[in-house]
Amino acid sequence: MDVQNEGRKGLLLVSPTFLYAILLLAAPLILVVMFSFWTQDYLDLDTTPTLANYKEAWSEPLYRELMLRSLRISVLVTTVTVLSAFPVAYYVSFRVKERKALWLFLITAPFWTSYLLRVFLWKVILGYNGVFNSALLWTGIIEEPLQFILYNVNAVVITLAHAWAPFAILPIFVALEKIDRSLLEAAEDLGDGPVRRFFRVTLPLAIPGVMAATLIVLIPTVGDFITPRLVGGTEGLMISNMIQVQFGKANNAPLGAALAVSSMFIVGGLSLLIFLASRRVGRVAGE
Amino acid sequence: MTAAKAENPKPIITLDNVTRSFGSVQALRGVTAEIREGEFFSLLGPSGCGKTTLLRMIAGFDEPTSGAITLDGKPMAGIAANHRPTNMVFQSYAIFPHLSVADNVGYGLKKKRLPKAEYDREVEEALKMVSLGGYGPRAAHTLSGGQRQRVALARALIMRPKVILLDEPLSALDKKLREQMQIELRRLQRSVGITFILVTHDQEEALIMSDRIAVMFDGQIAQLDSPEALYRKPNTQRVASFIGVMNFLEARPIGEKGDKISLDIQALGLLDIPASALPEGMAASEISRVGVRPEMMSIVLEGAKSTGHDIEAEIAEAEYYGDMTYYLVKLSGKDEPVTISMRNTAGRAVLEAGSKTRVSFSPESIVVFQ
Repeated sequence: MDVQNEGRKGLLLVSPTFLYAILLLAAPLILVVMFSFWTQDYLDLDTTPTLANYKEAWSEPLYRELMLRSLRISVLVTTVTVLSAFPVAYYVSFRVKERKALWLFLITAPFWTSYLLRVFLWKVILGYNGVFNSALLWTGIIEEPLQFILYNVNAVVITLAHAWAPFAILPIFVALEKIDRSLLEAAEDLGDGPVRRFFRVTLPLAIPGVMAATLIVLIPTVGDFITPRLVGGTEGLMISNMIQVQFGKANNAPLGAALAVSSMFIVGGLSLLIFLASRRVGRVAGE
Repeated sequence: MTAAKAENPKPIITLDNVTRSFGSVQALRGVTAEIREGEFFSLLGPSGCGKTTLLRMIAGFDEPTSGAITLDGKPMAGIAANHRPTNMVFQSYAIFPHLSVADNVGYGLKKKRLPKAEYDREVEEALKMVSLGGYGPRAAHTLSGGQRQRVALARALIMRPKVILLDEPLSALDKKLREQMQIELRRLQRSVGITFILVTHDQEEALIMSDRIAVMFDGQIAQLDSPEALYRKPNTQRVASFIGVMNFLEARPIGEKGDKISLDIQALGLLDIPASALPEGMAASEISRVGVRPEMMSIVLEGAKSTGHDIEAEIAEAEYYGDMTYYLVKLSGKDEPVTISMRNTAGRAVLEAGSKTRVSFSPESIVVFQ
């Protein structure tokens, strides 16, 4: 009796969260997966299960090209973001003695404006008559505006790297903060100069933070579609732009769903690989 | 200390008027000392006395504000920790959590690029020295506190430094393990012959392990001596009460006769003590207090003959410790009770509070203070 009561109470307590998880996380995902096995028949959906969408998604060269490009761009973005975030995190953790919180606060300051606004700002900066070109023209470094900086992959990388910087800086900062400073002294005491010490102690111990930063940046950027749409031109388009087209103009939601599920699995697999690789790196680096 | 070392005490470290200020706080106010090659040297003092600051400056993690540190004949100013022939055992042990035990111990050897077989042999030897033979492949985070301490020690020993610095290495261990490690460390230091400098706030630990001890208060060395000299002839009341227990009694010098000094001592009365009890540089007329250790007084058993120096007393309290009993004893002529320790030998009963007794003492054991 009592046990039953307790069980019921537990269920009652957990149900709001449970409902939330089902409605907002599981249901949309299940719907997308279901869609990917159906067929669009003009205005109707043919719900006979079929693998045709996956066949098309994996065999059509355009989709493959877009998927590979998305991966290439997001790996590039992740690399740039993490490599530029590390020195910032390192500086705040090791060099800033007072007001660390203020520094972190300022790092997140760009987030007070909307993502869209920030992307547009990059357009203003990188454009044909933009801030960057004007400045270079004015100083006489160039005679004609540079055109390779907007509406291509470079612009996508710059914009995304900037947008995701705080997400990379914070986990790396936390990992660096957790390093016992006496470990660094011990390494120095045992004969390591600053560079050796960095690669043998600081970096291996910061790996969890670097890994978190990598995954946090990589996973969403593969699926980003606003930035490539606004600053990417035609050669900067990514898989999500195609998924959006399939759900919208092309009126082929099942194919869009199949592309979405496929890219989800690819990103999942890639994340797993990065996770396993980073564990190895962490173990080997200190030796 | 062996005779050879005593005859020719070559200094390995010279501290010449070393000071260190942190802003307006003076952590060290001029420390001058010589640490001899091959000795077990302790820096003993309460927290905040500057002992750890001094150790860190010898290691190279900090620089003196003024003064000089010389190590093995070379001035250490401007030389970073990684270029000094010292190795440290940290209070937190600072074991690298991402490395195995063997990689922790061999950390400093890697730079020498030894052949693999030789490297492995050195690591195993160092581990055996600290009784951790065969522990090499284990992950560092699986070790217990005592084992971490040994790994930290092996990691320093393997470098064969001129000096090993130990920053309160035993403070995190439980009492039994700590006592065992004290003896082990001492034995190890003797067998390898490397100079050890230990920082500790535990006077008992310093007494057990050291050849010489520098007692530090307020950023200065109050007394530098062998454990026995520190205990038997502390030169200030502060040193006396920091090391062991000391009973203080007011005293007034009356006169000097040859090698004797006559004193009028509270509760003990008129006494002649040997002039050798007087510390160097102190005149007999400066004496204002004397001290007697608890074991230097004893409670006279019922029916025993008087030794000549005994006084009436009353037991105020008895604390039973098994092998010993500590009595708080009221002497006539002194309000505060003195502490007397007695061994609980066969047939000796523990006296109860309130019992009247007599206390005897020997004038030779009396220490004088300014």
